[in-house]
Amino acid sequence: MQLNMSSEKPIFLQFAEELEDNILKGIFEEETQIPSTTEVAIKFKINPATANRGVNVLVDEGIIYKKRGIGMFVSTGARDKIIAKRKNAFYESYILSLLEEAKNLNITKGEIISLIERGCHNEQN
Amino acid sequence: MSRIEIRNVSKNFNKTNALKNVCLALEPNKIYGLMGRNGAGKTTLLNIISNKLFASSGEVLIDGETAVENDNVQAKIFCMAEKNIYPVNMKVKDGIKWTKEFYPKFNTKYAYELANSFELNTDKKIKDLSTGYNSVFTLILGLASGASVILFDEPVLGLDANHRELFYRELITNYIEQPKTIVISTHLIDEIAEVLEEIIIIKDGEIILSEPVDKVLLLGYKVSGDCTKVDKYTKHKNVIREETMGRFKAATVYQNLDNVDKESIELLGLEIATVKLQELIISLTNS
Repeated sequence: MQLNMSSEKPIFLQFAEELEDNILKGIFEEETQIPSTTEVAIKFKINPATANRGVNVLVDEGIIYKKRGIGMFVSTGARDKIIAKRKNAFYESYILSLLEEAKNLNITKGEIISLIERGCHNEQN
Repeated sequence: MSRIEIRNVSKNFNKTNALKNVCLALEPNKIYGLMGRNGAGKTTLLNIISNKLFASSGEVLIDGETAVENDNVQAKIFCMAEKNIYPVNMKVKDGIKWTKEFYPKFNTKYAYELANSFELNTDKKIKDLSTGYNSVFTLILGLASGASVILFDEPVLGLDANHRELFYRELITNYIEQPKTIVISTHLIDEIAEVLEEIIIIKDGEIILSEPVDKVLLLGYKVSGDCTKVDKYTKHKNVIREETMGRFKAATVYQNLDNVDKESIELLGLEIATVKLQELIISLTNS
């Protein structure tokens, strides 16, 4: 896990996204326990209140749940929820900024598409 | 659990007003960052809370009791001291023993464990410690003191990156195991930001801001682009910093990011960005 402290994004959101990344990658599997906020706070030297806020974001979204006195667990269907959420954000955070930079560089629509195809091709090999 | 109330505290040194009518409440069990430039009044404020200095006017209350000449109250507070308060030939290990006399809950075993982690030689004389190790020595005393309020005045002064990281980790561990009120004054803002819950900014002896870290980050934003358009946008706004390069201009605006009219910025073809904590504090404390 890597938190970027110089990023403008609030630390609790970065932390929430890190947890999501680990769920997406399957490092934290559904219905398994994840590290407690105190463990995480010590490991990453962040204020426990901040770690708690990050966790609560995911609890509110039903991605993780708390078992009183035991700890925190990844919900069933958490991965699908994260994927759905991120697909919605994909257009705003990737496509729009890609188009803006392309405009600055006078890259045409056709060129963008062929660049994407090249990327996909390289990925496959 | 200790609540600190600072009521209308002023401090004058000859003709200098080091603190001007400071009012501040520190809630129990939170970690505060005290930020400000050299000479802004950070140390003076910490010294008044810990009864090392007397306020010229106003009062400091700890759990409702006065902090002045009150042993009962001062036993709850640990404030990082300067080197020269220790007897000339005192060794580190005697300094540890000595501190235990003042703090009944002092944890000697923990102090030695910390000395071991920081590789502090406890047989050395305190006066012979380097700047970095002097900081290590005093921060160990603070962490082990068992006090419910710890005031760290530039705890990482002279510490190398490894020891700074170790300190932040030990601080968080200590805080989780035994919640307490912690105030840290430091110039290494970005490094400490994630450890803090609240930020207090002091400028020329006055508290100009006291807010949770996440709120502070929303207090300002940056607009950039063509300089005439930036000027047009910022005309009636509170600009706290400007940088220009040729026709390019970036202005830091002191206005809550939630209240920003993003459309008008886009219409002008300007870019909007959030500000980093350190940048914001620099802008706010510039003269």
